[in-house]
Amino acid sequence: MVKKQLSRIYAALIFVFLYAPIVVLIIFSFNNSKSRGNWDGFTIKWYIQLFKNKEILRSLYYTLIIAITSSLISTIMGTFAAIGIYDMKGFTKKFALNLNYLPVLNPDIVTAVSFMVLFKMAKLELGIITIILAHITFCTPYVVLSVLPKLKQMNKHLAEAALDLGATPFYAIRKVIIPQIMPGIVTGALLAFTLSIDDFVISFFTAGKGVSNLSIMIYSMARRGINPVINALSTLMFLTLMVLLLIIYKRSEKEEEKVIE
Amino acid sequence: MKLNKHGYFYLIWMAIFIAIPLLMVVYFAFTSGDSQSISSADFSLENFKRFFTPMYLEVLKKSVQLALISTIICLLLGYPVAYIISKAKLKYRNILILLFVIPMWMNFLLRTYAWLTLLGKNGIINLMITKLGFQPLDLLYNDIAVLLGMVYNFLPFMVLPIFSILTKMDNSLIEASWDLGANRLKTFLKVTFPLSLPGVISGITMVFIPAVSTFVISSLLGGNKTYLIGNLIEQQFRYTGDWHFGSAMSIILMVFILISMALTSKFDKGKEGEGGGLW
Repeated sequence: MVKKQLSRIYAALIFVFLYAPIVVLIIFSFNNSKSRGNWDGFTIKWYIQLFKNKEILRSLYYTLIIAITSSLISTIMGTFAAIGIYDMKGFTKKFALNLNYLPVLNPDIVTAVSFMVLFKMAKLELGIITIILAHITFCTPYVVLSVLPKLKQMNKHLAEAALDLGATPFYAIRKVIIPQIMPGIVTGALLAFTLSIDDFVISFFTAGKGVSNLSIMIYSMARRGINPVINALSTLMFLTLMVLLLIIYKRSEKEEEKVIE
Repeated sequence: MKLNKHGYFYLIWMAIFIAIPLLMVVYFAFTSGDSQSISSADFSLENFKRFFTPMYLEVLKKSVQLALISTIICLLLGYPVAYIISKAKLKYRNILILLFVIPMWMNFLLRTYAWLTLLGKNGIINLMITKLGFQPLDLLYNDIAVLLGMVYNFLPFMVLPIFSILTKMDNSLIEASWDLGANRLKTFLKVTFPLSLPGVISGITMVFIPAVSTFVISSLLGGNKTYLIGNLIEQQFRYTGDWHFGSAMSIILMVFILISMALTSKFDKGKEGEGGGLW
């Protein structure tokens, strides 16, 4: 019994460690004083400042555009790549898998630097296009990795049966293979979206002047020290996240109930 | 049904955006001359020679040291958490692991920034210390703050793989060990821990790699004092513009990580062989 109590206390302490910084950020986003030490009364002025700050709003817009475009493209490309790699054999397959693993295992900063070298050498102007290209490239491997296991579980004969029954190869992929690997595709798409939204290092090295996503914005603001506007931004982002997760959790709970029924 | 042709577009894409750029970095690392131009460069080992001088080696040593320490702390803190959550009742288990993952979904920079608020000169912790009647401490802009940032950011990377392997573990093995007279500690050391090693190994690599190559945590929480190899690379590419030296350091970082990964995977295999011998 004592052991059980101890492990509960330990787990609670770890959760405090994880959440304390976030809670403090949220509380101090309502603090009237700019120096964070003491509480100086409730205010929402930082939120008003946040919504008046054109720079932050623009970077939020860029972040969403980049995440939507790059996760969409990398989901499509990754799904077809996984289907292709699944059917490859021998050296080609090994080569493709290793090439796929390279950006996953390589440190972010090395991948980022190599993108920067490529774009500068190709005389591409660093900006939103280069960020999207870079994001597509580093997100797609994760899509491939989440689709491949589903392909291995799939019944290969179904697609062949479809062909025998007169389906064109593309029709067979669309109507037989894709539905079977859909859970993997959805996981991959969500992963790509979150990776892109959360990315800092790759964007930092591939963004030019004038274009910045939220991460770059936060970095440059945080380097100048504490800014209550960032606290307000964190609070809003955290709340959005909680709501999204709650919806996903409720939905998956419902689906589980359906399965049990 | 021939499907492999669908993969070739991706291979070409990855060749252009991953393989060629990396080769360019290698090329820049082994040449010197005019920065940022590919034609007017001659082969040289000058960049590596420059790196292997005490000043830069000190930076490498510090990066590795901090990354190792934070990996060890993550393992020591994270293993018990993974174990406790995996042993929780099924009903609570999913909620607990979800609660554990939520902070990880916050933007990485915001999570690091949050510690500025806590550790700063007039931050919460110092406020409490002064209220208790002590002198405020210099908590920010030192190695400890960087370590704290690393542990805070990367702890879930350690917990998740260990947790997933512990939940998949066959419980009857543990029961068998009890039936055969082993006590709890012995069961853990001889059965549970060895079986969870693959999770531990992937946790270690998932913490070590981002920790050794970070420049964000060190530049936000470490101030100007804590320079890591990531900061040096960032500086060369973003400000100084010496691509040759920056590329050389990137290659060194990459090789370093490859070696450490090869070592850990070897260790993993060795243990697996031992486990196989058991049967």
